[in-house]
Amino acid sequence: MSNGRFGIHGGQYIPETLMNEIHKLEESYEYYKNNKEFQEELAELLRDYAGRPSLLYYAEKMTKDLGGAKIYFKREDLNHTGSHKINNVLGQALLAKKMGKTRIIAETGAGQHGVATATAAALLGLECEIFMGKEDTVRQALNVYRMELLGAKVHPVESGTMTLKDAVNECMREWTSRVDDTLYVLGSVMGPHPFPTIVRDFQSVISREARAQILEKEGKLPDVVMACVGGGSNSMGMFYEFIGDEQVQLIGCEAAGHGVDTDKTAATMAVGTEGVFHGMKSYFCQDEYGQIAPVYSISAGLDYPGVGPEHAYLKDIGRAEYVPVTDEEAVNAFEYIAREEGIIAAIESSHAVAHLMKLAPTMRKDQIIICCLSGRGDKDVAAIARYRGIDLHE
Amino acid sequence: MWQPLPDIGGLIYMSRIQDALTGKKTFIGFVTAGDPSLEKTEEFVLEMERAGAGLIELGIPFSDPIAEGPVIQDANLRALSAGCTTDKIFDMVKRLRQKTQIPLVFLAYLNTLFKYGYEKFCSKCEEVGIDGLIIPDMPFEEKGELAPVAAAHQMDVISLIAPTSRQRIQIIAKEAAGFIYIVSSLGVTGVRSEITTDIGSIVEAIREVTQVPTAVGFGINTPEQVNQYTRLADGAIVGSGIVKIVAQYGEAAGPEIYKYVSRMVKGLATD
Repeated sequence: MSNGRFGIHGGQYIPETLMNEIHKLEESYEYYKNNKEFQEELAELLRDYAGRPSLLYYAEKMTKDLGGAKIYFKREDLNHTGSHKINNVLGQALLAKKMGKTRIIAETGAGQHGVATATAAALLGLECEIFMGKEDTVRQALNVYRMELLGAKVHPVESGTMTLKDAVNECMREWTSRVDDTLYVLGSVMGPHPFPTIVRDFQSVISREARAQILEKEGKLPDVVMACVGGGSNSMGMFYEFIGDEQVQLIGCEAAGHGVDTDKTAATMAVGTEGVFHGMKSYFCQDEYGQIAPVYSISAGLDYPGVGPEHAYLKDIGRAEYVPVTDEEAVNAFEYIAREEGIIAAIESSHAVAHLMKLAPTMRKDQIIICCLSGRGDKDVAAIARYRGIDLHE
Repeated sequence: MWQPLPDIGGLIYMSRIQDALTGKKTFIGFVTAGDPSLEKTEEFVLEMERAGAGLIELGIPFSDPIAEGPVIQDANLRALSAGCTTDKIFDMVKRLRQKTQIPLVFLAYLNTLFKYGYEKFCSKCEEVGIDGLIIPDMPFEEKGELAPVAAAHQMDVISLIAPTSRQRIQIIAKEAAGFIYIVSSLGVTGVRSEITTDIGSIVEAIREVTQVPTAVGFGINTPEQVNQYTRLADGAIVGSGIVKIVAQYGEAAGPEIYKYVSRMVKGLATD
């Protein structure tokens, strides 16, 4: 087994109880990833159920208004369930079925991954249990009900800070207590090997499509490819097929919360240090003794104290650049893209849009940016209203 | 800390840990360091020793202990809220070592050691008199980065074997040091009324490749369970059962821990 290293990052730092199962997952994945039948089945699900390929949309009004580079959006928000999460979940749920599993479990922050997992479980006839921080079940009550409608059981997690990282902790604990019939469907390019690779492969459909689409539309590669980064799945999917194109600049936008100089931040690349947590070696927000820091962002989907190991590696070798974006900047971008393009984008994706608004005017008109709109923002409307002082509840 | 084996002239050494588990059955008690305070941790260790424990596991509190059930999770949070840090724990162990020679092992999550620095951590352990390390999130495949550093400081890195280990049992056991920690059940730490794993055949598989002593942990809470497992293995480990007493009695837990451990020690198999 390869241990799945990206430079010094990655690895399999998990309890012994899970080791045989994780090796089994690795073997199964290695087999099915080159299995024609599996790939055809997945391609069909992505096309006929999730609605792929997603559009590559030229944002003409924004391009004119910002007065610089040509702006394209990769519209993952138009997928079934409203985000890129479905790409990975259909792959992993199908893999679970092939492995003979009858039950899948998953963590969720804002609820996007939970809803996508519950959806795939309903479709493929798998039992499904979702672990969600208690804080988040209150903030995203609608998504809890949505998952229950889809037939999933939602467990509010009351340990630790009661948010995303605690939901991951609880999933790992649950998986160690029931490995035989259960697959943990991890939602991001994180955790122990082989998860960062599996999730990246399933999400790389984003850049595979985008690369072909831009070549068709513009006859050349983009100058910049950008996406928001929490754990890093939509960004890794958006970057992956462009990594070999050295002239394409890759930019990840992480959640700075109130700012990287405050303790209310989730900007792991800006303030984190090397550590070992959630099964992987990577960068984490932590104190001098290695206690994982409570993190904060207006976006529950980016509210995570670590980042996937392959991103950590891309940062180390200088292939990708990571920039922090504050709550305020993201909310401004959320409102701007709604007004300008008629798109209500997820607050997570709005972090990338915020940086795009700064970057595009500094570039030439013959240059091209592709920005990933990882999800739709319907789920965020009430929270944004409250941020603006309007007392609105779902 | 290594001691010469008198009968072979000090050419082969037996660690203080192996000494505690060889030729007799041993009760191993666990407490989370700093819960409710480090002064109390010192007292609890001495009470456990007085009650007949032969080895003590000290948990270094971690913000996100993924192998622990709710009882020890809460203890971790109590200790951290009380301001416990790795450095303060080292100071406490140094004081404790002036009062007892009982083998002490740390149970710590790898990030605690990684962030402190493996070399600095292990050299500090050697200096204050820690005998071994249990790292629940460092499986066999990942031990390479820590094991040589620990060995250079006479620190045994304890290997864990789980009910799911199967063909891995002998691979792990062959390289084991100190003792082998047999995880009795699937899941996280915590008291269980019934344990269904066939510990006997795990011990048998281990015995085919090594003479390193074995101890069973996870879910043990009665003298009967202690008896059952020490008939098969060399030691029985109790964590959540003791930590529950700390949760209930707080500062006043010392005498209760003594009573509890005394009762459990009576369960040790006699053969």
